[in-house]
Amino acid sequence: MSSVLLFSILMLSLLGVALAIILYLVAQKFKVFEDPRIDQVEAVLPGANCGGCGYPGCRGFADAFVKSEDLSSFFCPVGGNDTMNAAAAVMGKTVEAKDPEVAVVRCSGSPENRKRIVKYDGASSCKIATSLYSGDTGCQFGCLGLGDCVAVCKFDAIYIDPVTLLPVVSDEKCTACGACVKACPKFIIELRKKGPKSKRIFVSCINKDKGGVARKACQLACIGCGKCVKVCPHDAITLENNLAYIDFNKCKLCRKCVEECPTSAILELNFPPCKPKVEAEAQVEKTE
Amino acid sequence: MNMLKTFSKGGVHPPENKISAGKSIEILPLPQKVSIPVSQHIGAPANVLVAKGDKVKVGQVIAQSSGFVSANIHSSVSGTVESIDAVLDSSGYKRQAITITVEDDEWIESIDRSTELKKDIQLNAQDIIKRINESGIVGLGGATFPSHVKLSVPAGKKAEVLIINGVECEPYLTSDHRLMLEKGHEMMVGIQILMRALNVEKALIGIENNKPDAIKYLKSIAGEYKGVEVHGLKVKYPQGGEKQLIKALINREVPSGGLPIDIGAVVHNVGTAFAVYEAVQKNKPLFERVVTVTGKNLPKTANYIVRIGTSVAELIAAAGGLPDDTGKVVNGGPMMGKALTSTDVPVTKGTSGIIVFQSKESQRKTDSACIRCAKCVSVCPMGLEPYLLNRLSQRMMFENMEHEHVLDCMECGSCSFECPANLPLLDYIRLGKAEVNKIIRSRKN
Repeated sequence: MSSVLLFSILMLSLLGVALAIILYLVAQKFKVFEDPRIDQVEAVLPGANCGGCGYPGCRGFADAFVKSEDLSSFFCPVGGNDTMNAAAAVMGKTVEAKDPEVAVVRCSGSPENRKRIVKYDGASSCKIATSLYSGDTGCQFGCLGLGDCVAVCKFDAIYIDPVTLLPVVSDEKCTACGACVKACPKFIIELRKKGPKSKRIFVSCINKDKGGVARKACQLACIGCGKCVKVCPHDAITLENNLAYIDFNKCKLCRKCVEECPTSAILELNFPPCKPKVEAEAQVEKTE
Repeated sequence: MNMLKTFSKGGVHPPENKISAGKSIEILPLPQKVSIPVSQHIGAPANVLVAKGDKVKVGQVIAQSSGFVSANIHSSVSGTVESIDAVLDSSGYKRQAITITVEDDEWIESIDRSTELKKDIQLNAQDIIKRINESGIVGLGGATFPSHVKLSVPAGKKAEVLIINGVECEPYLTSDHRLMLEKGHEMMVGIQILMRALNVEKALIGIENNKPDAIKYLKSIAGEYKGVEVHGLKVKYPQGGEKQLIKALINREVPSGGLPIDIGAVVHNVGTAFAVYEAVQKNKPLFERVVTVTGKNLPKTANYIVRIGTSVAELIAAAGGLPDDTGKVVNGGPMMGKALTSTDVPVTKGTSGIIVFQSKESQRKTDSACIRCAKCVSVCPMGLEPYLLNRLSQRMMFENMEHEHVLDCMECGSCSFECPANLPLLDYIRLGKAEVNKIIRSRKN
C-alpha cells in the first residue's frame, strides 16, 4: 500500500520537475523583451483609461511615451503637469509645463432666455435628436439638454442643471479629457485655458445666425455686433459669421468685453463681484 | 378566391385610417408667395440660376442640376424672385431656397396645357430619359431619388420588368390612390413611356387590396395598353418598400447591399409615372404634385394639387386650419414621415401628405425594459434583429452593427411600432446607420 503512494508521489514530482525545465527553456527561447520603463510610466499615470491623451488607455500611452524620442506631443490631461513631470523623470527627461484646461459649455439658452417652441419626445440622446431636427427652440445651434456629455464623462464632472436645463462643468472634477467635446453633436463644448483661480472669460454662444434672428431665438445670443472686438485692448476677440470668439491665449481677463456686450453673451466665471463703478472712480481720484 | 400576393418576411398592419380616400383631387388656389428649396432630392443640391428681382414664369428652370445624381428645379409660379436665402426645412434646419412673389399665372409657352389624352409616344428611349432629366422628375413616393438615374441601366445589366408602385402602404395617405382613379389613362401612358425608356415588355402594377376601386378601374383599362398587368396585393406595411414590392410581385429578392436592377427589376411610383406622362407628352416639368391633407380632427380632409414651394400652413388653412388639440403635424406618412417643427415650411417634391395628429394620439408612450420577446425580429421585413442593433448602438459598438447588416435597414419603423416596451428602436438604429456610414467613408479615404 505504502509503496503505491510513494510511487505516485515520486512519479508526479519527477513529471513536474521535467515539465518545469521544459517550460523554463521555452520561456528563455521565446522571451519578449519589454522595456521595464513602460511599467514605471504606467504606474505614475492616473489609470483612468479615458483616452483623453489620444492613446488607447494608459498602457497605450506609456508604451508610446517610452518608445518616442520627442515627448512634446504627449500630454495626460487628467494627471496634468505633475504626472507629466513624473513620467518624464522615469525617462530621465523633462517636459514643458502646459496650461491646465477645462471644458466650457458655450450656450446660455435656459428656458427663461430661450423659449421652447416644440416638444421633443423621442429617444433621450442629443445625437438622435440632432439627426431628427434642429432643436426644441428657435436656435439651431444651441444645447438640447439631453445629456450626451453627461453620459460620456468618466469623472462625474458634468451634470444637467434642472432649472437651466444646461450642462454645468465642475472646475475641480473636470480633467479636460475632451470626451464631452467629442460627444456633443452641436459642438458646443470647448476646452479652454483654466486661468488663474479658474478665472475665465468666454463667449457663451455659438449661434451663427444674423443678429436679429439670433436674438429672436435667445435673449443671450451673440448678435455679432462687434462691440467686444473694438473694446478689447489685447486683440483677443475675432468676429466671424456673426459670432465673436475670444482667443484664450491672448485674453488677459480684463473684463472690458463683459461690460460692453449688449446681450450679456460674454460670460465671466469665478471672478470676485465687480466693484460698483462710482466707487472705483472715487478710489482713482483719491490716489491722484 | 385565390390567396393575394405579398412579401414573405415580417411586416405589420397598422390601422389604415384612409380618411381622405373618397375626396377627389382639388386644385389649391395659388399662394401669395412660394419658397422653393434647391435641394428637394437625394444627391447634390441644384445650382441657382436666377437672381433677386428676376421675373420668372411657371415651368422655367430656376436651379440647374449639378451632377448625375441631382435634379433641375423649376419655378412653380410666375412672379418676381424676392430673395435667395436660407429657409427652414421640415427638420428645422436652414436650407437654401428661392422665394418668389406670385404675380398672375403665366406659363412658359412650350407647355401644352390642354387636358386631352395624348397616347402615341414620339420620343425614343434616349430622348425620353433626357426629357425626364430636364423636367426634374424624382421618385414621388417620398424617397425623391432622381428618376433618370434609375432609368439609365448600367452596362452589363438588363431590366426585365418594370414595377409600378401603387401600394401606398402608409396609413392616412391617399394621394396615389386618387391619382390612379382620376388620372388612370395618363398614368398608363406614363408607364408605356417608362417601358420604352427601359426597353422592357412587361410592367406590373402592385396595388394593395384596400383600394378595390383603383384595382378594378385600372384592370378595366389595362387591356388597352400592351404588357401592363394589375395585381391586387394583401394589405401589409411596408409593401411600398421597393424590395418588398419586388418580392411580392415577382418573388425575387434583392441581394444585401444591391439594387433592384441587379435582379432585373426597376420600380417607379404611380405619381412618378404620371409626372413622366406630363413631362414627355405635355412638355410640363415637375412643379406641382398631389398632397393629401388629413387628420382625424381636421375640419376637412382633401387631396390637393399643390405648387412646389407652397407653405404647409396654407394647405392646413385650406383644410380648415389647425384644430386646438393638435399634437403633431407630420410631413409624409405616419410611419416614416417627419414631425414638423413649424408649419411654415415649403411643400417639396417629396411631400406626399400632411397629417395633423391630435395630442393624445401623437404622444409617445413611456418606454420600459426590453424583455426579449423578439416581436421586432419577427416583424422586420429585412430580417434584421432590431433589439440587438438597438443595444449595440446604445453601447456605441458600430463595427458590430455593420456585421449585423444594419445598412439593410430601410427605416420603415415596424420594430418601433410593434415593440410592447415602446422602445425607440428605430431612433437608435438610425443613429447606428449614420455612424456605420461614417466608418465606411473613413475606410475609403
